[in-house]
Amino acid sequence: MTVNIVKKPDLSPRQQALFRVGAVLMALVCTGVIMALLGYNPFVVFYKMLEGSTMTLYRFQETINKAIPLVTLSLGSAVAFKMKFWNIGAEGQFYLGALGAAWLVFNLPALPAPVMLPVMMAGGMLMGGLWALIPAVLKSRFGTSETLVTLMLNYIAIKFVTYLQYGPWKDPKASGFPKMPKFGDYAVLPKVFGVHMGWIIALAAAVLVWLLFRRSKLGYEIAVLGESVSTARYAGMSPTRITLTAVLLSGGLCGLAGMMQASAIERSLSATLSGGLGFTAVITAWLARLNPPAIVAVSFFFAMLLQGGSYLQTAMQIPSAMADIIQGIILFFVLGSEFFVRYKVHFVRQAKPAGKEAGA
Amino acid sequence: MNEEGFIQLRGITKTFGTVVANKDVNLTVRRGEIHALLGENGSGKSTLVNVLAGIYAQDAGTLMVDGKELRLTSPRDAIRAGIGMVHQHFRLVEVLTAKENIILGEGPGLIHGKALTEKIYNIGKKYGLYINPDKKIYNMSVGEKQTVEILKVLYRGAKILILDEPTAVLTPQETEGLFRILRNMKKEGCSIIIITHKLGEVMEVSDRVTVLRKGESIATVNTSETSPRELTDMMVGRPMSLEIQRPAYEGERKTVLRVKNLTARDKDGVARLDHMSFHLHEGEILGVAGIAGSGQKELCEIIAGLDKASEGIVEYNGESILGLSPGAIIKRGVSMSFIPEDRLGMGLVAGMNIVDNVLLKTYRAKPGPFVDRKEGAAKAEAIIRKFEISTPSPWHAVKNLSGGNIQKVLLGREIDLSPRLLITAYPVRGLDIGASYNIYDVLNEQKRKGVAILFIGEDLDVLLALSDRLMVIHNGAVMDIVDPRTVTKEDVGLLMLGHRPGEEETA
Amino acid sequence: MNSFIPSLELYLQTTAQMGTPILFGTLGGILCEKVGHLNLGVEGMMLMGAVAGYMTGLSSGNPLLALLAAGFSGAFGALLYAIVTVTLQGNQTVTGLVLTTFGTGLSSFLGKSMVGVSLPASIQEAFSVRTIPVLADIPIVGKMLFQQSPYVTVALLLAVLLWLYMNKTTMGLNMRAVGENPGAADASGINVTGCKYLHILAGGFLCGLGGAYLSLVFVPRWQDEITAGIGWIAVALVIFSTWNPLKAIFGAYFFGALRGLSFVVQNLDMSLFGRKVVIASQFLDMLPYFFTIVVLVFITMGKKAENQAPKALGNAYFREER
Repeated sequence: MTVNIVKKPDLSPRQQALFRVGAVLMALVCTGVIMALLGYNPFVVFYKMLEGSTMTLYRFQETINKAIPLVTLSLGSAVAFKMKFWNIGAEGQFYLGALGAAWLVFNLPALPAPVMLPVMMAGGMLMGGLWALIPAVLKSRFGTSETLVTLMLNYIAIKFVTYLQYGPWKDPKASGFPKMPKFGDYAVLPKVFGVHMGWIIALAAAVLVWLLFRRSKLGYEIAVLGESVSTARYAGMSPTRITLTAVLLSGGLCGLAGMMQASAIERSLSATLSGGLGFTAVITAWLARLNPPAIVAVSFFFAMLLQGGSYLQTAMQIPSAMADIIQGIILFFVLGSEFFVRYKVHFVRQAKPAGKEAGA
Repeated sequence: MNEEGFIQLRGITKTFGTVVANKDVNLTVRRGEIHALLGENGSGKSTLVNVLAGIYAQDAGTLMVDGKELRLTSPRDAIRAGIGMVHQHFRLVEVLTAKENIILGEGPGLIHGKALTEKIYNIGKKYGLYINPDKKIYNMSVGEKQTVEILKVLYRGAKILILDEPTAVLTPQETEGLFRILRNMKKEGCSIIIITHKLGEVMEVSDRVTVLRKGESIATVNTSETSPRELTDMMVGRPMSLEIQRPAYEGERKTVLRVKNLTARDKDGVARLDHMSFHLHEGEILGVAGIAGSGQKELCEIIAGLDKASEGIVEYNGESILGLSPGAIIKRGVSMSFIPEDRLGMGLVAGMNIVDNVLLKTYRAKPGPFVDRKEGAAKAEAIIRKFEISTPSPWHAVKNLSGGNIQKVLLGREIDLSPRLLITAYPVRGLDIGASYNIYDVLNEQKRKGVAILFIGEDLDVLLALSDRLMVIHNGAVMDIVDPRTVTKEDVGLLMLGHRPGEEETA
Repeated sequence: MNSFIPSLELYLQTTAQMGTPILFGTLGGILCEKVGHLNLGVEGMMLMGAVAGYMTGLSSGNPLLALLAAGFSGAFGALLYAIVTVTLQGNQTVTGLVLTTFGTGLSSFLGKSMVGVSLPASIQEAFSVRTIPVLADIPIVGKMLFQQSPYVTVALLLAVLLWLYMNKTTMGLNMRAVGENPGAADASGINVTGCKYLHILAGGFLCGLGGAYLSLVFVPRWQDEITAGIGWIAVALVIFSTWNPLKAIFGAYFFGALRGLSFVVQNLDMSLFGRKVVIASQFLDMLPYFFTIVVLVFITMGKKAENQAPKALGNAYFREER
């Protein structure tokens, strides 16, 4: 018996979404089986995760707190991905954004919050954007792979923040403990409905990115460039200008996420501010097919996983790492399902010549 | 031992999606013969030999070699069966040496450098092939690369050699050398299948010829009993019964485009366009005939501002447009519906819907940060109606349309810009006859409105029927501009091959 | 001054120990990238190896079994990656990141119960430092090379063997061809899919061994995220070494030396010529990534084809694609 692989006609967006939801369900079944093998009742585990992430006001707010940076970072990543610019540097741009905001707080006098917060946002976005510009310039000048450069820049950014935390920006009043001073209240995002107003900003950003993709000239240009550089040139667009603008925007959004996290959650800057959210955002953006409403939904789902995972620890003494495992399994399934969206697989009983290589 | 049919392909059918590349094709090759496969672009020659080489799996049909049926599931199987192929686009690993490329695919073992060099040298001596085995592929000329490919096949002791368009990239001297090698191999008992569309070469080197047309095998003849003229007829088929109109244009005849001494070189300094000069005036279709790769792409792209010329003049309405950006040229009213080989590569964005594709050149026109899709939708609907594009809606992705409809979207958009100059390359490639005639009508209508049209085509019958004047190019140079009403197809064919009429056809 | 040479020797000895897990990860990454697959899951595979090695070491007390468990769990991670990216043609970047998330989660989950539990003596003994007489007395490099755990020596040997394999055998040649031009490899009769699987899995095996070195030998206790980013340094080093296993030795030891130095600098209050000189250790930590970017820019600027990334890196291969 051999396997024959044939290209499928394109599925409608609804059918594609159905495939992905199916993949997630299969992943959950698979996770359930693994849990059962480990001696846990999967239904109880899943229920506890749901309980831990949504069923009290406090836990729900915590979930939202985790979703806010994730949404913003995913949106930022999505802007670059739309152009097929593989910016996996959300993590680093996040830290640079937080760094920019913190620098402003530490160096400006105590301005009133309505002045201070926009200044911090602008500073955070600028720093994040400039950090993202490095790989963009290297790519357009020398053709250097942006995937690897953005990856490396993440670690440079984290190490630099660590340096500041242990060195020049260390709080002298912290009795030798390596941490930075807390921001004054004027530099902290106020709460709206019990959650810091970052949720409004993140949702506004989602609307703006949606407008960018769906309505704007720049978004149109980004999409054309992402599909084909030669079409973009044929239509009279400037690939360099579009690349730099889009990347600046992408890094800017990631920087904004960093600013919000530093201001509202940490009230300071630290080298553990992100906890790897920038990497998760790459995955969520991709999973949501770069569609802003889907990004909000997927990010919320992932925030639930994270929050529910840490609840498992207290409620069932299951290590919170379970959330990472579930995440991984879901994603493997969804990544793999893409193939079945694009290709049809025939099993041919008779040893008829077929494309063995692709199906082995 | 079956001398009549050493290789037998019976009823081979292969489709790619909706495109039927081979339809019930038969091919028989004898032991120790050079067998030419002849056919126009897209006639299915490459697909057929790729099936024999194990690259493509056929949908139906059988392969027999030496009386045994072959079931090929990969190139590895073909190699084991003694079949070797030299692909049109060489399949060599650039960073490796000739030697390393030759032994690629061997089973586990050590690389014995010295012994290998010796062995390669001995094989080379037998057939008259010489290369430096330690030279890296990226340092090699095209001819050397081809030699490596052939050595690779011989090294494995192949009895059947397939060459896909081997002479397309060679100089005449290199071609002569190749033919000498092929004759040597024939003497050693190898069977050789050579794909070409150069008639002179077929006559010179082959023993028998099989002609393919539109994916079907038309006939197999002995080379000594046929003539280039007869082969051309088989290749192209009978002139089409449908009449293509050539309406007259009554208006003024101002010159729209003037090209003088246009020359372009690639990065190796080879001239892709060679002092090309012509002009084009209102209400005229200037046809361009030439073998694929004679400079058509470069000419289009330079006029549209997408490629650079090294010297020469391009004037549009008396103004030089050479060196302007594509955007600036679009603004001046030059419209190019250029269809590169994969159709969707440049003129359209495959994944986007019709509306977004219609907006590609006009989205900037309105001030403000947003794209006006309402207007785009209205335009798209008008184009859909006018050109009878069959689509569920204007929001349907272009790549899901049929070839003819994709073509109409592209042409419709360009015509909607009311251009003064329309450049169109291979606008009917891959379309069926009905769809093609639709496109010709559209072009004629534009011509009547006074638009100057540069029509780059492949089908000589169409070029002769549609054009007001016909420019024949060869190797980036203009051979002649002829009157399509009086010229014969054979003369054009010879010009395309680089011969002026009167010279004899000696390759 | 008399103490300078001995302390240099000691430092170099530490350097080799710090460099060993990086070297394993890098060799694993080279194998994977040489067949055209960018695997950002090195960190994940190392963690899977680290936890499996430790668990098996704890429960069996058999060092060989622990090594096999470590290698095969790394290879298992690689198998997941290969199924998704080779057979199902999924996105390599995202899949690699997911593998890291998965491996990190799995190791943390499984390792929870082993925190604070010491390895049996049989394991500690098997991997303890061996002194090769005479050779270890060679000044400066003697201790670095010949007074080490066999694990360190094996890593070095593996690097040399891998180089020989890649450059002197037909299998290695075939493998390089697959990463450069799968179409050409396929046309030459190489089983492209099989070749990719084999090397991606072998790469995972090496990453797993690298992780287990940390948990079984270097630390040697279980702690969460025991690799502490070494997997990412390895990803960087694959490029830094321009996909060459021999250069990877120097790269790994160089980066190992930097890591070693960062411990030293942190602990030393340096005061030279009456002025306080502070080289923050974080800047040393940054250097591997910084150098990698510089190298990456240089190799893309320079035209030397041998130094470039495998041409088909990041692309899926489907034979009938037209």
